[in-house]
Amino acid sequence: MNAAWLRSVAIIVSLSCCVAAARAGDAPPTVSFHPAIESVQPKVVKIYGAGGYRGMEPYQSGFLISAEGHVLTVWSYVLDTDYLSVTLNNGQKFDAKLLAADPRFELAVLKIDAEGLPHFDLAAAAKAETGARVLAFSNLFGVATGDEAASVQHGIVAAVSRLDARRGSYETPYRGPAYVLDAITNNPGAAGGALTDSRGRLLGMLGKELRNAQTNTWLNYALPAGEMAATVDEIRAGRFVRRAADDAANRPEHALSAELLGLVLVPEVLDRTPPYVDAVRRDSPAARAGLRPDDLVVFVNNHLVPSLQALRSELDYVDRVDSVQLTLLRAGELIETTLKADEP
Amino acid sequence: MKPRTILLATHFVVLLMPPTLRAAGEPEVDAAVLRAESERVAVIAQACAAAITVLADGGRDGGSGVIITPDGYAITNFHVSSAAGVAMKCGLADGSLVDAVIVGIDPVGDVALIKLFGRDEFPCAKLGDSDRVLTGDWAFTVGNPFMLATDFRPSVGYGIISGVHRYQYPSGTLLEYADCIQTDAAINPGNSGGPLFNARGEVIGINGRGSFEKRGRVNVGVGYAISINQIKNFLGHLRGGRIVDHATLGAVVASDEDGRVLVSDILEDCDAYQRGLRYGDEIVRFGGRPIRTVNAFKNVLGIYPKGWTVPLSYRREGETFDIEVRLAGVHGTEELIAKLEQESQAEREPKPSQPNDEETPKAPEPKKPKLLDTLDMKKAAPKMPTVVKQHYEKRRGYANYYFNRQNVERVWRNFTAGSDYAAARGRWTLGGTWIAGDDTQFVIGAARIECALPGGTLELPVGDSLAERLEPEGSGGLLPALFLWRRLLVQGPEHFGSLSYVGTAPLPGSNQMADVLGATYAGVECQFFFSPGDGRLARMEFYPYAAAEPCVLLFSGYEEIDGRWMPRQIDVVHGDRRYASFRFTRFELATTDHQAEPKP
Repeated sequence: MNAAWLRSVAIIVSLSCCVAAARAGDAPPTVSFHPAIESVQPKVVKIYGAGGYRGMEPYQSGFLISAEGHVLTVWSYVLDTDYLSVTLNNGQKFDAKLLAADPRFELAVLKIDAEGLPHFDLAAAAKAETGARVLAFSNLFGVATGDEAASVQHGIVAAVSRLDARRGSYETPYRGPAYVLDAITNNPGAAGGALTDSRGRLLGMLGKELRNAQTNTWLNYALPAGEMAATVDEIRAGRFVRRAADDAANRPEHALSAELLGLVLVPEVLDRTPPYVDAVRRDSPAARAGLRPDDLVVFVNNHLVPSLQALRSELDYVDRVDSVQLTLLRAGELIETTLKADEP
Repeated sequence: MKPRTILLATHFVVLLMPPTLRAAGEPEVDAAVLRAESERVAVIAQACAAAITVLADGGRDGGSGVIITPDGYAITNFHVSSAAGVAMKCGLADGSLVDAVIVGIDPVGDVALIKLFGRDEFPCAKLGDSDRVLTGDWAFTVGNPFMLATDFRPSVGYGIISGVHRYQYPSGTLLEYADCIQTDAAINPGNSGGPLFNARGEVIGINGRGSFEKRGRVNVGVGYAISINQIKNFLGHLRGGRIVDHATLGAVVASDEDGRVLVSDILEDCDAYQRGLRYGDEIVRFGGRPIRTVNAFKNVLGIYPKGWTVPLSYRREGETFDIEVRLAGVHGTEELIAKLEQESQAEREPKPSQPNDEETPKAPEPKKPKLLDTLDMKKAAPKMPTVVKQHYEKRRGYANYYFNRQNVERVWRNFTAGSDYAAARGRWTLGGTWIAGDDTQFVIGAARIECALPGGTLELPVGDSLAERLEPEGSGGLLPALFLWRRLLVQGPEHFGSLSYVGTAPLPGSNQMADVLGATYAGVECQFFFSPGDGRLARMEFYPYAAAEPCVLLFSGYEEIDGRWMPRQIDVVHGDRRYASFRFTRFELATTDHQAEPKP
């Protein structure tokens, strides 16, 4: 009994310490966030690309993660164009290049040709607990143009939790922990924006709009910076890049195809239908390698394949006598497989 | 064993209770936090007292508003007042219901001024300075979202300023939100017309719009408020019972590859062209703000009423030019009225709900609050309450002519205090010198005007029309202007011709806001500016034809002469140059004349 008493006292003491600590980390309750916001805004960018149809805004948000013009943003249809541009907070406009993307995080890194830019350091990003006050920076609804500042919203981290990412509910391949927010931060154009603490320290990146098809509710969330840091490092080191479009010379005479591997992919309903496996033929190379329906093909020989089309054209570069390495996303885990077509 | 338990229990109490008594389990809260909380509670309580619910359609529809003067003037959205009509019922924060009348409307800026009745003194909110609002400042909205409060006790939404100087494209044919404030404090249908307060409880904006999209017509953390500084610019016009129009530069701008804002089209008869602005010039500053985007340009344009003079800087071939441009109206008077009639017609016709990106949040259609239905105001609606009837005068082109007349009378009362101009019905002789020292004399009568200037003498008989009379050459029409000046002073506003209260405008060269009367007589237009302090006529603009470069008369050095305050000095400005400065030493204002005054 006494031990229980002791334990409860200890818990109460440590709880009040937590509350005090959380408070010390936040800005005082009546002080304006303006100074913190001023320090963040120069690092936030507006991104313009493909889209423009109803419900497909041709813009999104992003933020600088290097002095040399690396921009972190979400991987989306907006980036699916050769005419990508980035506008800095000071109104300077740049042509941007999609460096690479990682569909597991739905993140992409763009590059603009500049130097000495203010930026966030992903490796030094902060972490927030449930209850922490946060600021969200984005160009939601494309309301800002030129040198007009991004929109800022405030909120609280309601939970640090894994997203329920089953197909059919919240459609996202990301399975890691996310900051779930109590503010409506994920609006059209907001994806790729920066989430910071009340002092302007980077916490994460605002995700794409996510609607739960079963409950018709919208989720407001951000991907923690710490979760993205490793993959961004790999991208900057040259991995996960897409094959250049003019690489036709390297194409073999007899190329591999999904059919030869025994893979039935989902029907192509959109331009950018993600390459999900619909079925696996019995006794095929795919079956022997353990592929299953609902697997998402992410990389082919370490080349990014964001769509059915990209998967098909990537297989065009593989000779049918060679083996091929497929990276699959299954239930939040990456699975590496090596397949080879049967001899005819 | 026992003593140890007691000891721990004591610790428990010490840990949880100090410094004040509170329920077990509640964490200790810093004194600064508690103080901030109680300050916020007090500010919100005071702010809420000034918030109102504006009911439309017999209580089936409506919005919010805020009282800004103790005598009951209140601001709301035009899209709220237009649904309510001339006479409306307003719910006060204390639960009472009062009558109100429309005063003035700004259909482009989505603002309406109304006046409440039934109290000697109303709780009112202090107006803040929206140009000092910063992104990240705390702010709160007060209003009646979803018409939730059937007892009119307002709801409060707390948030921060998400952006300032936002531009929101026009929705429909008129409404445009320029230079607005963006907030993540909740703005829902029913909040329209209600105030956005800063943390000190000063009104910094009027909520009226939100970005809505696929999530339905509810707040998504992106609301817009019309900046209170813009409304302040229009307040004089609104008080004058007017349908207010916004301004145009007469030029269109576009941004180029380098992000510069260039003139892409310009009308040759606009004031900016007269002042030197040309196609291809780069706009660098406008209204005292740097211009780097087309939005920024539109923001500045959006906050001024037509007729105001605003500084503009442009760059051409590396050289910067600073000019002052007089802004023209966006619409012709008839055009604005026609558009309004068109819109109200469209409003009456049922339309499918359009999932636009930006919409004005009106009160929701479904779920009528029960209490409002039982009030059964629809039945009483056609009968205008007596107090409203007493404060309403219908006239084409005005929201409520009653208030225009009130303001004309006020301005005239102030100006003529201590001066009996009306008795001086005879010829007026003004003798003096040019600033150079040469003798000058003007004889102004009811049907002709003569002058003796250093260059010679000149006569102008006044017939049916003064249009295009520009005498003497280079003045832009000094003689007809002096004729109209005397005519106003002698005849007064009632008999001058067609005369109305325009509103307020800054007196060029000073920070003061002048009351402006606008008049037409004998086919010409003129405007009279009265200083706010002493009520004297300080400036007159005479337009011999539409879009003419006006002849501007500046009156100063007022002295009492034979029971009338007269200006010792009149400066004449035409275009960019000063035509003359007259210094008068002799005033002979005859009380009889053989010439009869022509009837207006």
